[in-house]
Formats: sequence, C-alpha cells, structure tokens
Amino acid sequence: MTEVPEHLLRRAKERREALGSSGGDEGGEAAAPQGADEAASYAEAEKTGKIPAHLLERSRAARAKAGGGEAPASEGAATPAAGAVATAPPPPPTVAGPGGHTQRLLTVVKAGSIQDVKAKPVDKVHTWPHLLVVEFVAALAITAFLLIFSIFVDAPLLSLANANETPNPSKAPWYFMGLQELLTMFHPMVAGVTIPGMGIFALILAPYTDRNPSNKPEDRKFAISLFSVHLMFWAILTIIGSFFRGPGFNFVFPWIDGIFFHL
Amino acid sequence: MAKTVEGRTRSQQLADRLSQLGDTIQGSQAWNSIFRPGSIFRKGYTDSPRNRSYVVMNSVLYHLHPVKVKRHAVKVSYTLCLGGLSFFLFILLTVTGIFLMFFYRPTAAQAWTDIAALETSVTFGLLVRNMHRWAAHLMVLSVFLHMARVFYHGAYKAPREFNWVVGVILLTLTLLLSFTGYLLPWDQLALWAVAVGTNMMGYTPVFGDQVRFVLLGGVEIGAETLIRWYVLHVLFLPFVLTIFLAVHFWRVRKDGGISGPL
Repeated sequence: MTEVPEHLLRRAKERREALGSSGGDEGGEAAAPQGADEAASYAEAEKTGKIPAHLLERSRAARAKAGGGEAPASEGAATPAAGAVATAPPPPPTVAGPGGHTQRLLTVVKAGSIQDVKAKPVDKVHTWPHLLVVEFVAALAITAFLLIFSIFVDAPLLSLANANETPNPSKAPWYFMGLQELLTMFHPMVAGVTIPGMGIFALILAPYTDRNPSNKPEDRKFAISLFSVHLMFWAILTIIGSFFRGPGFNFVFPWIDGIFFHL
Repeated sequence: MAKTVEGRTRSQQLADRLSQLGDTIQGSQAWNSIFRPGSIFRKGYTDSPRNRSYVVMNSVLYHLHPVKVKRHAVKVSYTLCLGGLSFFLFILLTVTGIFLMFFYRPTAAQAWTDIAALETSVTFGLLVRNMHRWAAHLMVLSVFLHMARVFYHGAYKAPREFNWVVGVILLTLTLLLSFTGYLLPWDQLALWAVAVGTNMMGYTPVFGDQVRFVLLGGVEIGAETLIRWYVLHVLFLPFVLTIFLAVHFWRVRKDGGISGPL
C-alpha cells in the first residue's frame, strides 16, 4: 500500500492539534458536555491516529437513519426502526487505509502546471487552401512573367573573352555597381572591402543593436529612417554606376550618350 | 432516330466504363499507398477541416507549412510573397541550370562555343538560358526586397534574431551564386565584370593577394578560374545555400510563424 507522504501527515497532525486544542478551550468553559466529549475524542484520535469517536458515531447514526440497516448495538436510541427492517442486507465492509482513514490525498496540482494560462486565442486559417492558393498563383505569375520576358529579351553574349582587350567601360554586375561607384570616391580597400564588410556586419548585428521591442512603424521612426537612408543611398549609387557612367567611367547622361550597361 | 439513341447509349457506356476504371484505380492498394489521406487525388476527397489538415500534413512539400497560419499571414500585402518567390526562383534556377549543364563544358576553349551552340542549335536552348539569367537577376532582387520587407516590419526582433542572421547569410550566398555564374559564358562581359569584382576583393587588408589567388586559382583570371567558379556555382554554393534554407524555414516555424500583425 502506498504511504501517505510524511510532510502531509505532519501537516495533518498539526492541523488536528490546532483544532483539538481550540475545541477544548471553547467547549470546556461553555459547559457543553458535547463539546467536552468532542475534545476528548479528538485528543484520543490524535493519540491513536484514528477518526474521532464522536464523528464515527455521527456517521453511523446518519447511515442507520438513511438506510435503516444494521444498527450498532450500543446505539439503541438512534435506531427506532431497526427492528422493523432487520432483514436488510448488511452494507459492504468499509475498506480503511492506514490509521482508519477511508480517503487519501494523492497530490495537489496547481493550475499553472497543467494548463498554459498565457495562451491567447489567435485568429488562424487553414493553410490549404488559403495560403497554398496564394503561393500557387504567385509562382504561376512569376513563371509566366519569366517565360514571356525570356521569349522577347535575350541574355547578352558578347564576343569571346580576351584578356588583352579591355572594354571601355568595364562594369561589374549591377548588384556590385554601388561598390564600383564608391571606387571613384575612396581608396579601393575602403570601397571594396571595408564598406561592404561593415555593411554586412551591421546587418547581422541589426537585431542585437535595435533594442526597441516594438514592431509598429510609428514606434520605430529612427530605425526605419536609418534603413531607408542607406537603402536610398545604395540604390542611387547603383543607378548612377549603371546608367550614368560611360567610357573611362566618366559621368554621362544616358539620353545623350547612350547606355553603357549589360545585365 | 434509332441511330442517335444507339449512339447515346454507346457514349454512355463508354463514360460508365471510364468512371468504373477511375474507381478501380483510385480504390487500388497501389494508388492509396502513394497518395496519403487528404490528398485531392484520393477517392472521395471532401472539403472538411480534417481533410484540409491532412492535405498539409501528408504532403512532403506542403508540410513546410503548419496546418494553420495566422489570418494576416495570408494577406499578399503583408509579405508580398517575396520570401516564397525567392525560394521558387531558386527551384526554377536549379531546374534550368541542370538543363544548361548538359550542354556546357567549363574550359576556356569550349565554354563560349558551347553557349553559342546552345543558343543556335539546341531546342529551347536560348529560351532556357534566358530564363536562367533573368531568374538569377530577379532572385537577387527578390531576396534583397525580402530583406527590406522584413526590416520594415521589425520582423528580425526577438525571437527571430537568429533567423535574420541566417537570412543575411542567404543574401550573401545569393550574391555569390549570381557572381560565380556571371563568369561562365566566358565572353567579354563575363571576363571583365569578374575582373572588376575580384580586383576589389584583392584589396582585402593583410592577405588580399592570397584571397584573390584562392578565388581565381591563379594570379589572373584564366581556365583555372573557370573550372573553380563552375564547381562553386553548380555544386558548392547551392549545397551550402540549401542547408541554410532548411535552417531558415525551420526557424520560421520554430519562432512562431511569420511575424506580425503590425
């Protein structure tokens, strides 16, 4: 048989003591014989570890009154109808645990450990069809766009590579044109390594340097302006490098001198 | 009159037989072993919440997604589909790239003539090469815009900090993939664009010359550079990118789905 944990036993004992002593203090002075009786039975129960005698008696009386069944011999007065229904079957024997207890406290579980009290209902929809349809249409649209664009616009293929013949101007791919444009202003190490390196580093550190917890645009005016300024700066450099630079990487106007740019 | 009645019954018979055949196929063990419960190819797919969940759970591709997503997440105006489109362009580039690999040899003597032959004498060769090139530019653009979108939504904030870092790595890898592919046609545009790019990398402090040497496989761009960048372009970088993509997608879900609403 599983044992009741020691600390629970101790707590129950203390509680019982407290109850017993307080009952004794009040009941004794109030000259209620029943109260004195109860105190005595509590004290007895505490010693033996059994249910107090007067409680057992009370439950026996109640049971007798309700079922009219087996009446204890000592309680003749409490069972006036005992003789009439003496043939009733006896109730099943009560199974008593250690110390005569009929019930045991297994454990106390606090609410927080079995239910997530933080969880708030979120408005959700099924991925199929709501999200997958959108994705499917987007994929189809981009495929159609690419196919049609590729039918009409050919990828450039210039003459065979020749290391002895430098085209004028020589341009990097468009996503590096910002860097090449920076080359006109800074030392190659600054333009080609330091600035892009620091840019990537700053991007990686962005979530760790931005300590503002809000994601609302009105709360993050500084972050948004800073990012936008850099984005615009970069876009303008790329556009100038791509379209406004001609032979010798000199400044030209594309509508006058033509476009010196391949994708 | 009799002819039309006979004709109708005959077509009806044919339709019956066809639907019977369909039922047999869809009820067969082989069919049911291929298409898991909830598949719309299964017999008797009905639109129920249970089947909607099954569709996502029982598909290897769709189960990148959770069964349910936040309502604001399916609004096109929130994500502009940029992340998904970047991934889709990557798939498109893989498919067209594999096609191109059949007709291309990464040697200085053959690379350019292979491309020229691809454009003139291979069926759909020019079209597929065009698609590969435009898709590559578009992917750089969409990855870049995706990053901007994520920044403007503040979506890199806790708990998504690390996924932003993975995203920056993916952006760098995308640029490298595009740049390594730039050299492969081996024309004047390729040679000199790459020359400009790698000259800049040569200015890396302290070990700039070594960086340049490793990248080019020599002191100047040549046949060694071509084979080196080819392997980087078709195997190494896609391999690394795929690993980071897996981490990226996995973290999107682990960090609680996409961010927002604002």
